[in-house]
Amino acid sequence: MPLDRANVDTDFIIPKQFLKSIRRSGFGANLFDEHRYLDVGEPDADNSERPLNPNFVLNQPRYRGASILLARNNFGCGSSREHAPWALDDYGFRAILAPSYADIFFNNCFKNGLLPIVLERAVIDELFQQVNAEEGYSLEVDLPRQVITRPDGSTIDFDVDSFRKHCLIEGLDDIGITLQDAEDIRSFEKRWRRTAPWTFRADVG
Amino acid sequence: MSGLTLYDKIWAAHLVKQREDGTCLIYIDRHLIHEVTSPQAFEGLRLAGRKPWRPDANYATPDHNIPTTREERRQGLSGIEDPVSRIQVSQLDENCKEFNILEMDMDDIRQGIVHVVGPEQGITLPGMTIVCGDSHTSTHGALGALAHGIGTSEVEHVLATQCLMAKKMKNMLVRVDGQLKTGVTAKDIVLAIIGKIGTAGGTGYTIEFGGEAICSLSIEGRMTVCNMAIEAGARAGLVAVDQTTLDYIKDRPFAPKGEMWEQAEINWSQLRSDPDAAFDQVIELAAETIEPQVTWGTSPEMVAPVNGTIPDPAAETDVTRRQNMEQALKYMGLEGGTAIKNIALDCVFIGSCTNSRIEDLREAAQIVAGRRKADNVEMALVVPGSGLVKQQAEAEGLDKVFEAAGLEWREPGCSMCLAMNADQLGEGKHCASTSNRNFEGRQGFGGRTHLVSPAMAAAAAIYGHFVDVRDMG
Ligand code: SF4
Repeated sequence: MPLDRANVDTDFIIPKQFLKSIRRSGFGANLFDEHRYLDVGEPDADNSERPLNPNFVLNQPRYRGASILLARNNFGCGSSREHAPWALDDYGFRAILAPSYADIFFNNCFKNGLLPIVLERAVIDELFQQVNAEEGYSLEVDLPRQVITRPDGSTIDFDVDSFRKHCLIEGLDDIGITLQDAEDIRSFEKRWRRTAPWTFRADVG
Repeated sequence: MSGLTLYDKIWAAHLVKQREDGTCLIYIDRHLIHEVTSPQAFEGLRLAGRKPWRPDANYATPDHNIPTTREERRQGLSGIEDPVSRIQVSQLDENCKEFNILEMDMDDIRQGIVHVVGPEQGITLPGMTIVCGDSHTSTHGALGALAHGIGTSEVEHVLATQCLMAKKMKNMLVRVDGQLKTGVTAKDIVLAIIGKIGTAGGTGYTIEFGGEAICSLSIEGRMTVCNMAIEAGARAGLVAVDQTTLDYIKDRPFAPKGEMWEQAEINWSQLRSDPDAAFDQVIELAAETIEPQVTWGTSPEMVAPVNGTIPDPAAETDVTRRQNMEQALKYMGLEGGTAIKNIALDCVFIGSCTNSRIEDLREAAQIVAGRRKADNVEMALVVPGSGLVKQQAEAEGLDKVFEAAGLEWREPGCSMCLAMNADQLGEGKHCASTSNRNFEGRQGFGGRTHLVSPAMAAAAAIYGHFVDVRDMG
């Protein structure tokens, strides 16, 4: 699905009234809420009853079920809210293609099984042209091989950090990985307690 | 070999382990917690049967969606009308109790915006690594700490391991040389920087702010600058430690005392970049050229001097940028070529982690003292950053000054900075705001935000449109 707009911020992706939830799931129905619906969204409202904005790209029938988001530069800027990738993921997006991302958002994507791919602006421009020109245009992203395949069979290579790729494919839990290094953390802490004792508070063990 | 930057030094001191692919395990000294981005993290801990690695490294306070009217606050938790907000705030209380984490709850005088409370309490100290599930954590860099925002998965990660998995950023130096003209403040400096490098200019970097104009700022002013490093795309902003820093920290409740203070002072005085440190990028600005700034669009980089005009999109050659400008102006209900001073205002908001410290309130009070807000300004809120800021301001009589001028004096919290509580900007309304984001809908659905300094916001409240504070005499 093409979202032709630069600097899409996290408020655009998921407006703040939905941040009040203490859960992690269910944000998909409010993805792009302010643009997707014509009225103002409220948490816990029945979204199926709300008037859709027919001009917003997400509501066009041809993009129903899209799992790849084509976007412009600095995607995901703004707050650190992880609700943004949660909403994208919950809606069904699996990968994003854009020339650049905001740092925190980029990071948050990987932690939630969402793959943000950086492509050159010229390539992104071309993809926008192609998807706009051809109804039914679809791309395929192959993470293990790091290639995107177009309908005509031509491919685009992309880069991804090897550790993050490994974690995405294996579905690894970051905390579990870090805790394998618990001994290193403890010995660092022992040294640090001597170097910078003021960073520790005595009253809590 | 060239010397090290301040960022290089703090990073190296906290490096627990480096993996082959360059990912590092970084030790975290302080983790600040608020009610919005933490519930899912605590839930994750519980589900996995984990405990916080080091409870004493965590400090919590609710801020984002607690009410700011005296009436509602008097009733404590049950005074929060919105049931969803109430659940978040009470969930924070319960989580902190369960996991033995120090919380300054909503009835505690120390409660406030997490980025105001940390430095104020001496929880934020130089040379520390500090994280919080909030992008404006960059604020704490004003004290020479490496501080940045993290997402909720990372909140859980830090709680469980006291570490963060990260890759090192690049180094950028933004140097503001010379002296500011009177009436020009820290907020104007940072808006001018963002106007120059753009909202993605600092992406991938840690920015160190330096130069005479930065060194001359108070810690409050440095916090305003570092606060908005994230609006320039940089997760962290830093200022080197100097005497101003030490004076600010001394005797704060959680700051080291006695012998430990002396030991810390020696350690902290090394927290500056070496004279021959290598930066990947250096940006220079002359302080004299900076005028009071006003944003006209929906991104902090869409900014102009108060005596200037809104740029005309037709003159922009880059297509994406032009479309962006057109979209922004359409949303703002403004046109290219309009003088900034001709933008009429409906609301004024003085507050947020950018500008709600005592110095900011004094600056605003000085402008409104003995004057009256304009009739077309329907709502003007002054929201202190913490209970202690409020107490101090009241001791100085600032609340009375604001009220006499027709501005509302509120209880501490994030308030209309992001409008998660009842403080909302109405559709189509223009607001002069001392906060940090002018995104669409940020202060309320359809609301139109103009970012300015506290003095400029105060002046706008009096005139009902933007004026150059320097003309007010
Ligand atoms: S004051 Fe605004 S920017 Fe600061 S922490 Fe609160 S909501 Fe975020």
